[in-house]
Amino acid sequence: MTVKKLGLKQRYAHMTRGLDWETTYQPMDKVFPYDSFEGIKIKDWSAWEDPFRLTMDAYWKFQAEKERKLYAVLDAFAQSNGQTKISDGRYANVVKLFLTGISPEEYQAHRGFAFVGRHMRGVGPRVAAQMQSLDELRHIQTQIHTISHYNKFFDGISEFPHMHDRVWYLSVPKSFFDDARTAGPFEYMIAIGFAFEYVLTNLLFVPFMSGAAYNGDMSTVTFGFSAQSDESRHMTLGIEVIKFLLEQHPDNLPIVQKWVDKWFWRGHKVLGIVAMMMDYMLPKKVMSWREAWDIYFTEAGGSLFQDLARYGLRPPKYAEQATFEADHVSHQNWAVFYQYTHAAAFHTWAPDREHLDWLSEKYPTTFDKYYRPRWEMWAEMAKSGKRFYNMALPQLCQTCQIPMAYTEPSDPTTTCFRHSKFRGETYHFCSDGCKDIFDDEPEKFAQAWLPVHQIFQGNCGGATVPDVLKYYRMNVGADNMDYVGSPDEALWNSWQAGAIKAAE
Amino acid sequence: MAIQALSPDYAQHIEFRDAEKNFHGNRVVYVHWEEHLSFCSALAFPLPPDMPFAAFLEAIVKGHYNAHPDFEKIDWEKAEWMIDGVKVVPDMAKSLADHGVGHKSLIRFWTPGLSGYKGTAS
Repeated sequence: MTVKKLGLKQRYAHMTRGLDWETTYQPMDKVFPYDSFEGIKIKDWSAWEDPFRLTMDAYWKFQAEKERKLYAVLDAFAQSNGQTKISDGRYANVVKLFLTGISPEEYQAHRGFAFVGRHMRGVGPRVAAQMQSLDELRHIQTQIHTISHYNKFFDGISEFPHMHDRVWYLSVPKSFFDDARTAGPFEYMIAIGFAFEYVLTNLLFVPFMSGAAYNGDMSTVTFGFSAQSDESRHMTLGIEVIKFLLEQHPDNLPIVQKWVDKWFWRGHKVLGIVAMMMDYMLPKKVMSWREAWDIYFTEAGGSLFQDLARYGLRPPKYAEQATFEADHVSHQNWAVFYQYTHAAAFHTWAPDREHLDWLSEKYPTTFDKYYRPRWEMWAEMAKSGKRFYNMALPQLCQTCQIPMAYTEPSDPTTTCFRHSKFRGETYHFCSDGCKDIFDDEPEKFAQAWLPVHQIFQGNCGGATVPDVLKYYRMNVGADNMDYVGSPDEALWNSWQAGAIKAAE
Repeated sequence: MAIQALSPDYAQHIEFRDAEKNFHGNRVVYVHWEEHLSFCSALAFPLPPDMPFAAFLEAIVKGHYNAHPDFEKIDWEKAEWMIDGVKVVPDMAKSLADHGVGHKSLIRFWTPGLSGYKGTAS
């Protein structure tokens, strides 16, 4: 007797479909309360196609194999004192930014996809969302394990979960995910699945992982490779979800378009920290933010939206504005951290002559005109013992929560101020994109936890900067301030001098 | 348009985190020195509404913008002021509230002749 083996497609169908039933004790609308209030209309859930056809047993086996390889590399990195072979001690600050600013969002993504994996009525997207939820949980775990080795040597890493919920600039990625997770499941899927994981993901992962490779951080590179197959699955899910929603009902188009506009703009604002990382923080540069934007958004995104035009979807509303800002955003953001270095959990530095020349070359239309003079002025000030600090707190944008450091679309010498009134209160925004998002849901964004206002209300440990830094659990004098003069620098220099410290 | 929310009475249960009553008698006031983008954004302060404009100028404005090399060159008599989009000539003896400064008002000022390091608005 021969045992018949199921084909991959059949096997997938048996293991993921037909497991549901129409509930009778409770109406289906009460069992799945979240998948109708957003106004999205689904006629046929079974039209959902999952091109990967991954089942849980296969998932488990495949991921275990990948992680065995990753942990072998992490061990080798630790045993060979890989931290002493990175390009420069400054590079460690890229790793700090990643662990404090990005990794907690992997966890938020895990929770968001777990929510979608519970609350969508159709089993196809539910299984896909559950799988991605597991991916995101694995990612934060492996990122913590990868970066924990750096924590043995460098400052600013150890309190990352505590900081995530409190520190002023970490409220930017946190509020981004809080916004997505408090939306309905369809908006979450467009926000994270499509806008972030499909349209913008290459602008997050490629810069960090290529940056790691260029700067001798083999452990983070290996994490990147390990996550790559997950990321391609996430991208496929993102494109599948948008096509599914647009094919299901014509009424879905305006809702989806509004979410694409919103989440493209929100994603663009969050990615500003990647821009400054690429242009200012990598000791060995990969490419400029402008170049990355042109490749991964203008070109790749352009053909994506050409493809989606057949559904009536147009490119995100402020795509042109974001492309314009690609010549400014990294300079504006690094300037924020340079002047608030006393309140940052990573080190800052002013670009040296060679670095300034590189920026002039990469940003021929903006750098010499607007930003190089600023760095030269600050360099002169530092030389005469008056290093520039901003000792007041910044005005924040009500939507993206970033200091309102951005300039008018038509004039890079004037700060862009926008505001709205809602129920008699005034709310301020850094851009037309952020104002639009607020105006569409003022009830939601009026509730924002803005770090600066929370400090003034007395909810952040006290009224002085040292009080607030203590509340952040920032180790003053080690975690913050310039790289030059930091314990990190002293340690790096001691390694360079040949006194290589053993890992233990 | 009414907000799309799971709960039909969502809008009635909103907590406005930054209502004036939460600031212990102060109002949040934003100040911005135009053409001096070294200060990356407007600055935020919790200030009593009855603070005289003179005290605001001395303690807040002069107290926080003095790190810039242009600061010493400012002729304060010639400074131009704008409160919430309206140009005003401040009366130093009168309070912020008298000038119409409300909760989360924005005060912008220009210093004619001074436009940042080498005229670059930095």
